[in-house]
Amino acid sequence: MTPSVAGADAALVRPRKHLADYVETVLPKVVLGPTLLCGLIFVYGFILWTAWLSFTESRILPRYDFAGLVQYVALFANDRWWIALKNLGIFGGLFILFCLAIGLLLAILLDQRIRAEGFLRSIYLYPMALSFIVTGTAWRWILNPGLGFEHLVRQLGFEHFTFDWIVTPGMSIYAVVIAGAWQSTGFVMALFLAGLRGIDDSIIKAAQVDGAGPVRIYASIIIPSLRPVFFSSLIILGHIAIKSFDLVMALTGGGPGFSSDLPATFMYTFAFNRNQIGLGAASAMMMLMTVVAIIVPMIYSETRRRG
Amino acid sequence: MAEPYRTQAVGPHLVARAAVYTLLILFALYYLMPLFVMITTSLKSLDDIRSGNLVALPRAVSLDAWVKAWGSACTGVFCGGLKGNFMNSVSFVVPAVVISTLIGAFNGYVLTMWRFKGSDALFTLLLIGCFIPFQVVLLPMAQTLGWLGIANSIPGLIFVHVVYGLAFTTLFFRNFYVTVPSELTKAARIDGAGFFTIFWRIILPLSPPIIVVCVIWQFTQIWNDFLFGVVFSSGQRQPITVALNNLVNTTTGVKEYNVDMAAAIIAALPTLFVYVVAGKYFLRGLTAGAVKG
Repeated sequence: MTPSVAGADAALVRPRKHLADYVETVLPKVVLGPTLLCGLIFVYGFILWTAWLSFTESRILPRYDFAGLVQYVALFANDRWWIALKNLGIFGGLFILFCLAIGLLLAILLDQRIRAEGFLRSIYLYPMALSFIVTGTAWRWILNPGLGFEHLVRQLGFEHFTFDWIVTPGMSIYAVVIAGAWQSTGFVMALFLAGLRGIDDSIIKAAQVDGAGPVRIYASIIIPSLRPVFFSSLIILGHIAIKSFDLVMALTGGGPGFSSDLPATFMYTFAFNRNQIGLGAASAMMMLMTVVAIIVPMIYSETRRRG
Repeated sequence: MAEPYRTQAVGPHLVARAAVYTLLILFALYYLMPLFVMITTSLKSLDDIRSGNLVALPRAVSLDAWVKAWGSACTGVFCGGLKGNFMNSVSFVVPAVVISTLIGAFNGYVLTMWRFKGSDALFTLLLIGCFIPFQVVLLPMAQTLGWLGIANSIPGLIFVHVVYGLAFTTLFFRNFYVTVPSELTKAARIDGAGFFTIFWRIILPLSPPIIVVCVIWQFTQIWNDFLFGVVFSSGQRQPITVALNNLVNTTTGVKEYNVDMAAAIIAALPTLFVYVVAGKYFLRGLTAGAVKG
């Protein structure tokens, strides 16, 4: 750690009145205090509060008598929760896979001394400026079987072409993957591109001297050295997937039925539409624990590697 | 041949380069397609939509859908278009961005120039707050907003967005101020400059780039938010994202895709505009938010 310039040190070198010095030592804490207090109450306090609610039988109104694990038992006996979990697995897995694969491909392609690189890059990235609600609304229209993409292909002469994932139970979650990947790929591309630009050329030149071709150089030198970018992309994408709520609400509304529910839409539905506060709190706690279970070991293993 | 592993515009690489450009252009068309479809659909009449197809240009350009989306489309039981919700969004996004940026700047200043025992640990604790799924705070926050008397109100939304934006704004400013040479502030202190003097005279004049990054990030995040909007507001107090979703889901008779698309573009315009004029800073915010030290 670099030596910090604390108010107390400054007081030693600066002959001033005691009151002023005192103010200068206290001031930084006074300035930072409200934010820390907010974090303490509205993040950590509220997590404990939600945890407590998840151990009660709260329904339309919060109650605070301890009831043990009833809500968790109810949660895991609920088919809809299992569908939400399964969908999270499908959506999260495919969403991360597509974003990483296409993002890396685009970054490598853009890294070939391309004319108008900046222009192309801003095309790939603009969806990130949109709300997931806008993205969902647009793709809902594009993917609708009546007049959307299916209709277009049929007009082109393929009269029996069907593409109705968005209204088909069991398939609608894949429609969410399409829209989600469309929105977030550009971001991953930008991260990879920054990573590619940061690679030390001397190792690559050494490999060329040894006669390695471009494919070999990408496969065994460049891509492995992007490991930290993979790592941060994975965390960000995993995080987006677990929190995904808006996109499903706008694209499918969780439907047909509740076939494209995710934990976030499940939580919203039960806590705020069905007045099952306890069950909603339990599902929120499960979401938090999923984030913790994924992110903590990843950060731990990565810092151990680096250290 | 500085970097021969990158394809060159000579010899056998010419084919490879043609393939690279083709792929890049195809992807660009794919990414632009939804925007193109949104715009053309919003300019079509319903007849035009039914008789044409997704990628066909409008036969006659009509702004009726835009007029309806702005002023008279139904979002639930209320039929006054999105204009009220657009104004709602403006009225809470602007204060929330300003307040959270200002507090973030001061926090970053303290965390780099006025560190005290435990400040780094407290900051780490704060940062973890960025990672929680917000579902875990919704129920307590709903109750708290009620107690504070700001449930379903613009001040309530400002409050929520400031509270959960602070970790990010603090992070932005902290990471920026770390790069400011400490000699600058040390010298000022020896000259007797105090906490606020150093901030106004030395730190703030250095800050415009990070202020732009932070403002753009916060603006995009808060404008595009749906979760807090749908949980903490109702009726005509709702932000535009929630109203857009209601508009699309309000089915009264014929589904008016042109109105849906016009509404979606209206909701997207402010952030798209910011992206077009300040894309560089937008990207910087994204990567700064993503790659933490």
